[in-house]
Amino acid sequence: MQTVADTPGVWKVIQYIEPEKTPYHHRKILALAFAGGASLISAALMTLMVNARHLFYGISMLQRYKNTGAAKPYLIFALTDETYSIVCSGDVPEGVDQNRYYLFASLFDQVYWVAGSVAGTLLGSVIPFDTTGIDFSMTALFLVVMVEQWCSSKDHTPALVGLGVSLVCLAVFGSSNFLIPSMLGITAVLTLLRGPMEKRAQKETAHVD
Amino acid sequence: MSIDLHGMALVAIVAAVTMFIRFLPFVVFGGGRPTPRFITYLAGMLPCAIMAMLVVYCLRGMDLTGPTHGLPELLSAAAVVGLHCWKKNTLLSIAAGTALYMVLVQVVFAA
Repeated sequence: MQTVADTPGVWKVIQYIEPEKTPYHHRKILALAFAGGASLISAALMTLMVNARHLFYGISMLQRYKNTGAAKPYLIFALTDETYSIVCSGDVPEGVDQNRYYLFASLFDQVYWVAGSVAGTLLGSVIPFDTTGIDFSMTALFLVVMVEQWCSSKDHTPALVGLGVSLVCLAVFGSSNFLIPSMLGITAVLTLLRGPMEKRAQKETAHVD
Repeated sequence: MSIDLHGMALVAIVAAVTMFIRFLPFVVFGGGRPTPRFITYLAGMLPCAIMAMLVVYCLRGMDLTGPTHGLPELLSAAAVVGLHCWKKNTLLSIAAGTALYMVLVQVVFAA
């Protein structure tokens, strides 16, 4: 992910105070010159764009995190991409309490993240082999989760919608701008498909009965 | 030791905005009120769609017309999927797939 620190820009808002001496009542304009002021604002906007997908993580976890009590703020705070990929299916190992599972999955993920980053920073120069390409592990994780979701669901429509819309948006908007259009597109298509999808779900439950 | 105030401010801003985004759905739809049925429907559909989107996101830099024609990514992704369908072992799938990618990128398709 591109770092916020790469944001360029020095933005000077110059304000100078002019006493109201003239009959035209010149208004006072505040003078503030601060270098880097705009880089903070553009950092905020860029973060909004880059991390907008976390909105969707929250929406998908609304029900599952409903009764998590005191742990809820932490669970929401710790809802990173990787944590989301683990908790989003809602599948919890046999005999394990769901809330504790979410808590420890989130906690361990954060600990690994921090410990790994620290270890990498400290030991990175000492590792004897070339680690180029090791970031493919994130892709691999998402692929594994996707396969598990595919195998455990009867209806592959949501996955196909996600795939199709993302690929189209990637082609149209380019690799740095396609996430937000993709999310909007996915929401739109799923909304349009709501009727048939819910009917299909009803048919399945009726079939089981 | 010089204190990088600007850097600290940047980190604080990024963290604050990210937290705002993460908490927003829970604030808007939480509080004991029943979640609107449309949101519940969406929440059921989203995980699968988002995972697919995230996979596309990870592979977005892949250049099919470039010197490697995206082969390291495609072969490694296929290995991850195949291995997982076969052995259903998360650690194995991720480790082996990543190792394969690293070998392909460093040795086989070295620039």
